[in-house]
Amino acid sequence: MHFPDQQQRAYRAWITVLVTLALAGAWCYLRQLNMGLGLTGLSRDVTWGLYIGQFTFADGLAASAAILVLLSAVHGSRSFRKLVLYGQILAIASAIACMLFVVADLGQPSLLWNVLLHPSPVSIMFWDVVVLAGYLAITALIVTVTINCERKDLPPPRWLRPVAVLSIPWAIGMQTVSAFLYCGLPGRSMWLSAILAPRFIVSAFASGTALLVLVLRFARVRLESETLRKARTLIAYTMALNLFFLLLEVFTTLYSRIPEPIDHYQASAPWIWISGTLAATSLALLNGFRRNERLLPVACAFTVASVWIEKGFALVPSGFVPSPLGVVTTYTPTVPEILIAAGIWAVSALIATLLFRTAFAVRSYNGEKPYLLSVEQEILIR
Amino acid sequence: MRISRNGFLRFLAAPILMLARKRATAAHGKRWVMVIDNRKCMQDEGCTKCIQACHIAHNVPSIPDARREVKWIWKERFRRLFGAEAVPVMAENRLSLALCNHCENPPCTRVCPTGATWKRADGIVMMDEHRCIGCRYCMAACPYGARSFNFVDPRPYIANRSADYPARSKGVVEKCTFCEERISAGRLPRCVEACPSGALVFGDWNDPKSEVRKLLESRYAIRRHPELGTGPSVFYVI
Amino acid sequence: MSDRPIIASGLAAFIAIATLPFWYNAFANRLGRLDLAHADGKQCVAPVEVMRRSHMNLLHEWRDLRVRDGVRTQAGPGGRIYDISLNRTCVDQCHHNKAEFCDRCHTYVGLKGPDCWSCHEAKQPLTAIAERKAQ
Repeated sequence: MHFPDQQQRAYRAWITVLVTLALAGAWCYLRQLNMGLGLTGLSRDVTWGLYIGQFTFADGLAASAAILVLLSAVHGSRSFRKLVLYGQILAIASAIACMLFVVADLGQPSLLWNVLLHPSPVSIMFWDVVVLAGYLAITALIVTVTINCERKDLPPPRWLRPVAVLSIPWAIGMQTVSAFLYCGLPGRSMWLSAILAPRFIVSAFASGTALLVLVLRFARVRLESETLRKARTLIAYTMALNLFFLLLEVFTTLYSRIPEPIDHYQASAPWIWISGTLAATSLALLNGFRRNERLLPVACAFTVASVWIEKGFALVPSGFVPSPLGVVTTYTPTVPEILIAAGIWAVSALIATLLFRTAFAVRSYNGEKPYLLSVEQEILIR
Repeated sequence: MRISRNGFLRFLAAPILMLARKRATAAHGKRWVMVIDNRKCMQDEGCTKCIQACHIAHNVPSIPDARREVKWIWKERFRRLFGAEAVPVMAENRLSLALCNHCENPPCTRVCPTGATWKRADGIVMMDEHRCIGCRYCMAACPYGARSFNFVDPRPYIANRSADYPARSKGVVEKCTFCEERISAGRLPRCVEACPSGALVFGDWNDPKSEVRKLLESRYAIRRHPELGTGPSVFYVI
Repeated sequence: MSDRPIIASGLAAFIAIATLPFWYNAFANRLGRLDLAHADGKQCVAPVEVMRRSHMNLLHEWRDLRVRDGVRTQAGPGGRIYDISLNRTCVDQCHHNKAEFCDRCHTYVGLKGPDCWSCHEAKQPLTAIAERKAQ
């Protein structure tokens, strides 16, 4: 498929930016390997920060493919059938980002194999590693088989459907296990809430679907308006639930007036306000989608930003503030830390880009027109 | 790699021997606890002999950046140890000691993904820095802030390095281990020995004749955050 | 196929150059046997051949026994009891000097050798130990 020069340039610029970020992140990580985690803004009181916050967010993105599979494979929704492959590509890229964030956060990454050599089944982190690796394997298998079948213009094998359906509870389990990392710790009252897992799952579905819509828009992929409408409904419902759950947490904290949760709330209040405002705005925009279709990407961007701030900043570093001894230690990520995180996202985006290119190429070869092109471009290509 | 017959047999026997040793320890039935007599400790609020004894002997680094400090035992205000709600406001700035509580039901050992920290049969929550991957989950799980992480290489910050005890490398978590290397040889932890006023008392809860038993039977003692169900083994006689 | 002899001879030359380190060292016989300072004629923890091949396994086993199982001593052949301690037993008692014993072999074979010493500080040379024993 021949693309007009402008799009070629844009694509090359995209890849250049990603590779540059990835290299910058890799160089900073080498410095971190040399110096230790002192390179970051972490402290004895705030021991998890940017990396684990981004890990939690990426974990949610990875799990979001499940809702697409659920709606298309189980409930037979035709609108989402074409989207499932794209959602799973995003899931693979996000799962790889998760693993990279965990490795970047370790103090002794060379000993990572100890988790497998000396498994500790009572530890949630052990299960997190297992479930994440398994999900990556399942999703990679599904994507490989689907792309191969589409390339050969064959229907997918019969066993693919049970595997795809398996990925639904697996993805929900993945987000639940990630929530269990936090909500089983007796000393962290901000996280010690049963609603953390439902919040994770619901915000994962909202942000993942929204990001998928954004990515496909960005790649100028042709999407039917029926698909966009259904996606918008999905995002709206999940985002509304997410905001509702957040308000439930806020009520429990503020009405009970127990000092420690209120201290935690006060520490994370700015982030909660920003995240909540973004969520409410995205809901308003999604509602306005009926009148103006161009509001959808903006709404999706607000959704992703809201969940990113909620999981990445309102949740993880703020759970440590104040410390168990009541000390307020602020956490500000350092520049190398931010570059490492950006580099990991860049690597994940590179993988997603390559996989998307493969999927688009296969689909266009089969006569589908995945790309949204202008009339002149269509004439040029023909 | 070739291994001799003797070596191979010893290798096979090792798990059995380990089990036998573990049962032996359990049958012995020690449960180590520490009692801090606050009245004696507060007699000299500037005294830090226990901290110095511990940190020097165990090669604990003195890192100037308080955000990255490593400490196994330190002085802490009542307000922060027991919670501002538990302490009358006029006493909230008095100092006592904070260290790992070696809980009966430790959340840190539950969450460790590699088994680098575990609870021994005699009550001590041990730390194996060889296996620690530095994930800091135990630090997130500890409700008492008792654990420290080596954000940087600690060795430049150790003033007089003692060769009798290893130092640690960067990227691992460390904490007080009740001087397990001394108590298994029948001696007391260094902080207990170093205390000039005898404010620190260490002993076996299961021994009816031990000093800790006598102290706990006769005086009212509190523990930090008992409502969390962790069952700390460090008691404060106030 | 007149190229075949050229290709074959070029390939042979490449293989010869690529494997130069191996056969040069095998035939040059410039490397003598390493003469390590022997431990004091006392009883060894394990036979020499076992130690030569699997001392790392012994160290790992002892490490886990000491740290994870709380076992302080191990019996060697002949019933001799050894205190499990890298510095006090392995270095002080048996092999005396890390630089003259452990390091020589490890440096000789090019082992970026084990990271134990970064935390378990190696002892002083023999004279310092002898002085302390004399005190």
